[in-house]
Amino acid sequence: MSPSLAARNNQAAGTGRGLGVYAALAYAFLHLPLVTLIVFSFNASRFTLWEGFSLRWYRAVFTDPEMADAAWTSVVVAIVSTAISTIVGTLAAYALWKRRSRLLSGSLYLSLVTPEIVTGVSLLALFQWAFRWLNWQLGLYTVILAHVSFSIAYVAIVVSARLRTLDPALEEAAMDLGATEWRAFLRVTLPSLMPGIVAAALLALTISFDDYVITSLVAGVDSTTLPMVIYAMARRGANPSINAISTLIVVIFGAIILISERMRET
Amino acid sequence: MNRLRFWFLLPAWVWIVFLFIAPLVIVCAYSLLTRGTYGGVELPWTLESYARILDPLYGAILLRSIAIAASATALCLVLAFPLALFISRSKRHKNLYLHLVILPFWTSFLVRTYAWLFLLRDTGLFNTVLTGTGVIRAPLSLLYNDAAVLIGLVYGFLPFMVLPLFATLERMDPSLLEAAADLGARPWAAFFRVIVPLSKAGIWAGTVLVFVPCLGAYLTPDLLGGGKAVMVGNLVQNQFTTARDWPFGSAISITLMLLATMALALFNWRAPKEML
Amino acid sequence: MHPSLELRNLLKHYPGHPAVNGISLSIPKGGLFSLLGPSGCGKTTTLRLIAGFEEPASGEVWLNGELVNGRPPYARNVSTVFQSYALFPHLTAGANVEFGLRERGIAQRDKRVRAALELVELASKEARYPAQLSGGERQRVALARSLVLEPEVLLLDEPLAALDPKLRKQMRVELKDLQRRVGITFLFVTHDQEEALSMSDAIAVMNQGSIDQVGTPEEVYLRPATRSVAGFLGAVNWIDGIGLRPEVTRISRSTPTNGYTGRAATVVRTVFLGNCIQILARLETGEDAVAEVSRADGDYRPGEAVQVWWNQSDEMHFR
Repeated sequence: MSPSLAARNNQAAGTGRGLGVYAALAYAFLHLPLVTLIVFSFNASRFTLWEGFSLRWYRAVFTDPEMADAAWTSVVVAIVSTAISTIVGTLAAYALWKRRSRLLSGSLYLSLVTPEIVTGVSLLALFQWAFRWLNWQLGLYTVILAHVSFSIAYVAIVVSARLRTLDPALEEAAMDLGATEWRAFLRVTLPSLMPGIVAAALLALTISFDDYVITSLVAGVDSTTLPMVIYAMARRGANPSINAISTLIVVIFGAIILISERMRET
Repeated sequence: MNRLRFWFLLPAWVWIVFLFIAPLVIVCAYSLLTRGTYGGVELPWTLESYARILDPLYGAILLRSIAIAASATALCLVLAFPLALFISRSKRHKNLYLHLVILPFWTSFLVRTYAWLFLLRDTGLFNTVLTGTGVIRAPLSLLYNDAAVLIGLVYGFLPFMVLPLFATLERMDPSLLEAAADLGARPWAAFFRVIVPLSKAGIWAGTVLVFVPCLGAYLTPDLLGGGKAVMVGNLVQNQFTTARDWPFGSAISITLMLLATMALALFNWRAPKEML
Repeated sequence: MHPSLELRNLLKHYPGHPAVNGISLSIPKGGLFSLLGPSGCGKTTTLRLIAGFEEPASGEVWLNGELVNGRPPYARNVSTVFQSYALFPHLTAGANVEFGLRERGIAQRDKRVRAALELVELASKEARYPAQLSGGERQRVALARSLVLEPEVLLLDEPLAALDPKLRKQMRVELKDLQRRVGITFLFVTHDQEEALSMSDAIAVMNQGSIDQVGTPEEVYLRPATRSVAGFLGAVNWIDGIGLRPEVTRISRSTPTNGYTGRAATVVRTVFLGNCIQILARLETGEDAVAEVSRADGDYRPGEAVQVWWNQSDEMHFR
């Protein structure tokens, strides 16, 4: 143990106990609501009184055709928009890493801090404006466009963070050994960027799958997503079916995150 | 590189121009137009929509939103600082503690907000436990008020405060704290005279990261605040859907956008360079 | 009068190994005392035990006749100059110096801050931030910040290590001079034997958590208590179990006159060092001896048969 580390431990001994108790409470605040939510999804009763273990709410979720449709729509939207935004965002991050552009990175950050509701209504306004000339209407493709639109900035930020840890000399070495710029990008930079790109894609996937505010504004009649169904149910009050579908979402995404973390470690 | 760079940046520019700048330009134009008879917009150009924001009824909603967002930010700061300090000082399980903060962030925001709806409703866990143990006789109305909105916002955005604070605390040279103690500073004095000033960058970053989304929040006030606790975000949504007053909704959107831009400028000016 | 600082059987373990293995030491008031030893010998840990950053497993720390075990750092009248200086980056040089005065609730701080900065010749840089100061200037601010509190003992943890070699040599003289002027006891930790020898009034040589010898620079250099002390303080020729410093080892072509001890040897190589010539010779026993001779006497060829000899009073004996 290094002396400075030891000192930190020593200092922490006094104030550390208080901090430890506080941290335990803070983690309870962060996690207990979700844990409770999950536990009561297995409750036989409709009310928040434990009456016994039951899967009836899961049965209700799986036999609801509206829920199945919405889930399928969400999956399609999430996968397509993630694929597009990951490619666009990664290429942009790489080009910005090579040479900065204040205008583009400024726009990226600005789109990140734009309140969701503003993004939603401005895209709605754009689509409605375009429909004056085109005989189209809101639908799955407007939802996908909107999702691509808000995911690109997230992808670019995450990939940029990874690029910052990269040694520019690696590409120079590749070109010195005869690789063209494109080949150097493909054979040297892209492989070492992979963990960052995977993380970015996962972030885009979760954000897309979760989005309600923007989606609800630009969705058409045939493009109801899962969050829209959940939201409509929740506005009518709590319902154990929502607990069940929430649990499924948390568990599936938790598993995806865990697996990707494992893959990154090995 | 120049040709490659051009092709790499092209899709991003297309996106920026057509799906970010163009929509904002349209909204900006709408905000200066007159409300159409059947919804939509028509000429003439006018500043009336902006004047309406200052109307006491809507001005109050704007001020309310700022007050709620500011309270949520302050609460997050107070709650996050000790937690960030705890994580930065832990040795063996630092990564685990950090992941435990990030994990809820990876699960659906909608689900997390719903969890509080589930806990706070009249027949929710809190009321069931309190009436069951006889502490209260009739259930309390915990939901659909400002406090519920505040809890939802703090719960939703706490990680945004913890992470930048942790990043600055982690980089802090531990010998600075020893030097403070060595020069006679007790733990609290060292906290306020050394730790807090040196965490300024993280405090700024966290404040912006929490305040901006809270100010424009729509989902949390709608679900946990019910119809009563209206914030700016709900007002915008309402103007574009039910009320069909697009110019007014656009004017509020542009105002929100300006506030967000100012916050970003502040962030650029104050945040640690390595976070950009 | 009490000694400034007294350590009694101080013991501190880190997981797996003892860092400070029961050391005792008494440091009189008003001198410059060095703790010298290789890295990892426990000297920095000793300093941290005195400052109160760590608590010993057992043993006692006495400051000016008072037991200070268990007291936190802010309640001990010692002050540390850190190896990294640990200047507060958000405060100016002046505010750094003022920091401790304010914590102690001392009035009329401005005057004392000014005096302390004048002492280290930095009065003109009072409003500068640490980032705007050179390495040497930062070190002086760190010194002023500690000295302004007039501690019983000033602890210096390798304070010269971060400076470039030329400045380091100059600071040795200045530090020593500063100590004379303020009269405060300095406890100086270093792994550089030249630094310790040139600056200290007394040196404690540490090795593997224990103190091997305490004495004046002359004593520890000329009459080291153990082989490891001898070896750590300078180069040694080992001949028949006797230790000899290279500068007292002589080489010539003829046998020396009586009163001297000599051995036959063969020159292996000569190295030109600028101010002298170093000659490596192999004795008939197979042991190597290094001699440093003046340039005029250094004209030897490898393979040449010579005599290695010395004055008996220069021998270092060990049990």
